[in-house]
Amino acid sequence: MAGYILRRLLQAIPVFIGTTFLIYFMVFALPGDPIIALFGDKTPNPAVVAQLRAQYHLDQPFVVQYLIYMGGIFRGDFGISFSGQPVTEILARTFPVTLRLAVIALLIETIAGILVGMVAGLRKGKLFDGTTLAISLILISLPVFVIAFVAQFVFGVQLGWARTTVGEGAPTIDLILPAIVLASISFAQIVRLTRSSVIETSSLDFVRTAYSKGLGRGRIIPVHILRNSLIPVVTYLATDFGVLLVGATVTEGIFNVPGVGNTLYQAIIRGEGPTVVSFVTVMVLIYLLVNLAVDLLYGLLDPRIRYVK
Amino acid sequence: MSNEFTPVPSTGPATQERSRNHFVAPLEETPLVAIDVVKVAEKPSNLWIDAWRDARRRPIFWISGVLILLVLVVAVFPGLFTSVAPNNDCQLALSNGGPTAGHPLGFTKQGCDVYSRIINGTSTSLTVGIIVILLTTVLGVVFGAFAGFYGGWIDSVLSRIGDIFFSIPYILAAVVIMSVLAQYRSVWTISLAIGIFAWPSTARVLRAEILSVKQSDYVMASEALGVSKLRILFRHVLPNSIAPVIAITTISLAAAIVAEATLSFLGVGLGSDIMSWGNEINQAQRDIRTHPQTLIYPSVALSVTVFAFILMGEVIREALDPKARALR
Amino acid sequence: MSSVSNPRRDAGAPLLEIKNLQVGFQTQNGTVQAVRGASLSLRAGETLAIVGESGSGKSTTAHAIINLLPGSGRITGGEILFEGRDLAKLSQKEMEDVRGKLIGFVPQDPMSNLNPVWSIGFQVEEAIKANGIATGKREIKKHAIEVLKEAGLGDADKRLRQFPHQFSGGMRQRVLIGMGLSSRPKLLIADEPTSALDVTVQRTILDNLDKLTREIGTALLFITHDLGLAAERAEHLVVMYKGQVVESGPSREILQNPLHPYTQRLVAAAPSLASRRIQSSSHSLGDLDYSAPRSVEGLDLIAAAEHRAELQAEAPQREDSIVVENLTKVYKIRGAKGDFKAVDDVSFAIERGTTTALVGESGSGKSTVAKMLLRLEDATDGKILINGTDTAPLRGKELLALRRRMQPVFQDPYGSLDPLRNIGNTIGEPLVTHNIGDRTSRRERVLELLEQVSLPATLSTRYPNELSGGQRQRVAIARALALKPDIVILDEAVSALDVLVQAQILQLLSDLQGELGLTYLFITHDLAVVRVIADNVCVMQRGRIVEKASTDEVFDRPQMEYTKELLNAIPGAGIALGV
Repeated sequence: MAGYILRRLLQAIPVFIGTTFLIYFMVFALPGDPIIALFGDKTPNPAVVAQLRAQYHLDQPFVVQYLIYMGGIFRGDFGISFSGQPVTEILARTFPVTLRLAVIALLIETIAGILVGMVAGLRKGKLFDGTTLAISLILISLPVFVIAFVAQFVFGVQLGWARTTVGEGAPTIDLILPAIVLASISFAQIVRLTRSSVIETSSLDFVRTAYSKGLGRGRIIPVHILRNSLIPVVTYLATDFGVLLVGATVTEGIFNVPGVGNTLYQAIIRGEGPTVVSFVTVMVLIYLLVNLAVDLLYGLLDPRIRYVK
Repeated sequence: MSNEFTPVPSTGPATQERSRNHFVAPLEETPLVAIDVVKVAEKPSNLWIDAWRDARRRPIFWISGVLILLVLVVAVFPGLFTSVAPNNDCQLALSNGGPTAGHPLGFTKQGCDVYSRIINGTSTSLTVGIIVILLTTVLGVVFGAFAGFYGGWIDSVLSRIGDIFFSIPYILAAVVIMSVLAQYRSVWTISLAIGIFAWPSTARVLRAEILSVKQSDYVMASEALGVSKLRILFRHVLPNSIAPVIAITTISLAAAIVAEATLSFLGVGLGSDIMSWGNEINQAQRDIRTHPQTLIYPSVALSVTVFAFILMGEVIREALDPKARALR
Repeated sequence: MSSVSNPRRDAGAPLLEIKNLQVGFQTQNGTVQAVRGASLSLRAGETLAIVGESGSGKSTTAHAIINLLPGSGRITGGEILFEGRDLAKLSQKEMEDVRGKLIGFVPQDPMSNLNPVWSIGFQVEEAIKANGIATGKREIKKHAIEVLKEAGLGDADKRLRQFPHQFSGGMRQRVLIGMGLSSRPKLLIADEPTSALDVTVQRTILDNLDKLTREIGTALLFITHDLGLAAERAEHLVVMYKGQVVESGPSREILQNPLHPYTQRLVAAAPSLASRRIQSSSHSLGDLDYSAPRSVEGLDLIAAAEHRAELQAEAPQREDSIVVENLTKVYKIRGAKGDFKAVDDVSFAIERGTTTALVGESGSGKSTVAKMLLRLEDATDGKILINGTDTAPLRGKELLALRRRMQPVFQDPYGSLDPLRNIGNTIGEPLVTHNIGDRTSRRERVLELLEQVSLPATLSTRYPNELSGGQRQRVAIARALALKPDIVILDEAVSALDVLVQAQILQLLSDLQGELGLTYLFITHDLAVVRVIADNVCVMQRGRIVEKASTDEVFDRPQMEYTKELLNAIPGAGIALGV
C-alpha cells in the first residue's frame, strides 16, 4: 500500500506542473500585453494593473515568470483579484459555502444514484428499469443551467417552496435546492453506471459460486454484487468532479450562492480576467487533489491494487 | 436438514438407475451429425453488419435519427422554416410580447422573433459540435493509437500529456481561453477552446482498446508474415478498436453543443452578434420571473437536440458492443 | 431399445436421480433446448462422470441440479430427485438450504470464482457460517483453517488473510474444493474442476479431491470433456451429446465396448486414450495390433499415428531444417531484483519433413522459443539456423524471404483471425504482403487453399464470427500455407478445440505434412497429443529443455523426474483398455 501511495504521489507531480504551466501559458504566452487583454474592454484600475505587473513579473523571461508564479501557488498565494483583493481572502470567505453545497450534492447523487441504479440493475428489463433508463437519458440531455432555471422557476417562483436566490449568510436549508440541481447532473450517470455494473457483476462466476455455497440473496447482493460494483462508480465520481466544479459555478451563479463558484461566475460575466484565471487555477488544483484522494481510496476498495508488489 | 427420506417406488428397470447398467440410446433418438459442419447464414455478418441489423430494428434509432435529420435540415436550410429575419425585424415595441400570427413563440426583450432566432441559431450549435468532434477525434485517435500501439516511452510521454489536458475540466479551460481571446470570439475560437481540452477521453478509450486488440493472435500472425508495423496498425488494429470511439463521438457531439451553450450562457462564448441558443438563454435569464417563455423555447431546442444525439450515441454503443447489448 | 442389461442391482434407492430432464434457454428467437430428456442416477458415496463436448448440455445438467442455471435458463420438464425430494420444485429459500449444506459445488475456472475484493478467509468463513457448521467468531475461524488444511494448503493461518490474486490457480481451486466440501455434503458437483490448470497440478488436485470425497463419503458428480479422465476418476459414465444421454454405464465397460457411434467417435478421438493405447502395446507402432473402433470419419488418432510411423520408417535420413543453438531470452523486469530468464540455453534440431514437439506447462518458455524462431522477438543469446542460415542478422528483403519459408498457427481460435476481414482477404493477405501474383491468381490460390483445408469456397466472402473454432483454425492453417512455406510453427494450435474437432485438425495437419513435406514445430502442454503427432519431443521446464529424444524413447524410457510426472498426468493410467 505504501508503495502504491508513493507511486501515485510521484505521478501527480508532473501533472501538477503540467496543468499550472498550461494555464499560465494560455494567459501569458499570448501576443500583446496579457494584463490589458485580461481586462478585455473594461477600463482597468491603474493601481491594480501595476500590482498585477509586479505579481506576474512580465519583465522577466517567460520561464522565470512561470517559476515565480508557481512559487506563489506553493506559498498559498494565488495573486489578487480584479478589484485588487487577495484571492486567498476571497477563498477563505467563499470556500466553506461551496464545500457545504458540494457535500450535500455529492451525498444526494451517490446515495440516490447507487440505490436507484442497483434496484434497476437487479430488476433488469422490468418496468422500473425501463422507466429509470428513459428518465436518466432525458436528465443527461438537460444542460445544468436549464435544470437550474426550471427548478428556480417551478420551486422558487411558482410553488414558492424555496428561495430563488440564496445570498450571504443563508442557512444550509437554502442550499438544498441548488444542491439537488447540482446533484442532478451526475445522478443520471451514476444510476446508469451502477445499473450496468450491477448487471455485469451479477453474471460473474464468483456470484454463482456464492450461491452454490448456500448464501441467500440478502447477503449476496450487498456483499458480493454491490461491493464489487462500487469500484467503477468511485472511479467515475473522481473524473466527474470536474463536471461538479463547472456545475457549481453555474448553479451558484444562478441561485446566487455566495461560494467559490459564484465568485468565478460573477468574474466571468463581468469579464474580470485576473479573477477568472486565479479561480480556475484554484478549481483545477482542487480537482487534482480530489482525484489523488480518490485514487488512494481506490486502493482501499480494491485489494488487487493495494497489494501490488 | 431434511430427514424426510422417502424411497421412490421403482418405475421399472428401463428408467430406474440407468447409469448402473450399460445403457445405449437408440440411434433414431440421438442422430449423429457430422463433425464441425460449415453452417453459414444467408448473408455475411461481421461487427458492422451486425450492428446495423441490430440498430435498425430499434425504434429509438429511428426516432433519434429523424430528430437529428430534422436538426440538420434546419441548420442547413433555415429559410425553409422561417422567412422572418432574426435581427432586422426587431421592434422594441414588441419587447417580451406573446405569440402573434406569424410569430408563434412570441418576442424577445429586444422585440425580435423568438422562433426565427431559434431556427437561425441551430447551425451555430451544430457547427461547433461538428468542429469539436473532428478536433477531438483526430487528436484523440492520433494520441491514443500511437500511445497504445507503440507502448514504451512513446506511450509514457503521450499518456502524460493526455493526463495534463485531462486534469483541467474542459469547460473551465475554455472559460480561460475565451476570456483571454475576448476580441476574437467566433465559432472557430470557441470550438478550438473546447476541443483542445476535450480529446484525452477519446484517446484513453482508444488506447485501452488498442492495448487489448494488439495482443490478438491475428496481429502476431500478420507480423510473422512481414506486414509492416504501420500497416498492421491501420489495417488490423485500428479498424478493430475504433468502435467505442465512434460511440463516444456521437455523445461528445452532444457534450460539445452543451459546452458552447454553457459558455455563451456565461457570456464568454460567442459574440452577441452571432445567433446561438446559449446567447438567447443568456439574454433571457433576467426575465425568468416575468417572461419565462423567452428562456424556455431556446432551452427546449437545445435539450431536444442534445437528447437526439445522446439517444443516437446509446443506440450506436449498444449496437457495436455486444457487452452493452447484454445490458439492455 | 437396446439396453445391455445387467441383472445385478444393489439394494437402496439412489441419492440423486435425474429423470427425463429438460432445460431450455430463452432467446430472441424462441426457446433453445439445451438438455433434452437426460436421465441418470447416482448412489451415496459413488462417483459418476458426465462426459461430452462443449454444448452437449453436461454443465447445464449439473447446474440445473442446484438451480444455478445462467441467465434465462429454466427447467422445462422432468424431475431431479435428491433423497427422494424433487429439487426442481423447491422454492428459492428451500434451495438455499440444499446448496452448500447437502450439495457442494466446485466450479470450473478458479481464477474467476473467488471474489477478488474479499480475503480468502472471509469467503471460506461465510460458507461455514451460512451452513451453520460452526458458530462464534473463533469457532468459525478455527473451522476455516481446518478446511484449508484439508484442501492441502500449508500455513492456512496466514493464508486466511490473503486475497485471491495472491494465490495461484491451483491454490484457488484447492480453496474452492475445501469450501465445497466444508459442510460434508452428501453430493459434490465438480464442473471441469481442473481443465484450467496445468497438467501436473491437475493431477494432484484431483487426487486430493478423490481422497477427500472418499474419506467423507461424499458422492461425486464429475463433469469433464476428457473421456480418459472421466474413466480414470469415476466408476460410472454418462456420455452426453446435443442435450441427450447417448450412453451410460460402468466406465470400464463403456471404454472397452462403446456401443453408441458417438461414444465410439469419442473413444477414438480422445488423445489421452489413444496415447495410452499406443503405450500399452509394447511394440513399436507399426506392429500395433489394434482393434478399437476405427470406423469413424478419419478421426482415428491411432491410425494416424501408425501412418506417421510407417512414413518416417521409410524416409531416408534428411538434413536439418531448424537448428537452435544455446538460445536464451532474458527479460528485464522493472523494479525487480535480477532479470527473468524465460528461455535458458535451449538447443535442438528438427529434420526436414518431421515433427518435433516442444512440451511444457505454462511459463516454461515454450512460446517464447516460437516467437524467437518467428523473429517476433529477438534472442538475448544463441543462434537460430533455418536451412543453414543464421536468422538474427536478416533484415528487409532477406527477412521477408525467411518469413515466406516459415509460418505460424496460433492457439486462440477466436483471436487468430481479424474479425473485420473476410476469409478470402485473410488467406490472401500473405500473397498481397509478399506481392505474389495478380488479383485473379491470388483468388485462385485462396480457393485452392480453402480446398486444401477442406472448407467450401463460398466461405471466402464470409467473416470469422460465422465459423466454429475448428473452422477458424483451418482458415489459420490455410493462411499459414499460402506462401508455400516448408516450416510451420504450431503454437498450441489445437489446444482450445473440442476433442473430435481436435482429432480432425490433427488429421489434417498430418495429411498436409505428408502431401507437402512440411516440417512442424508443435508446441503444446498436452503430452497425450504429442504421442500421436510428433516424431521427437523436447520437454521444457522453467526455460530449459530437460529432456529430448524420440517420442517412443520419451514415452517408453523417460529419464527425468519431471517427464515422468508429465507422463503420469496423462489421464487413464489405471484403465484397462480394449487393446
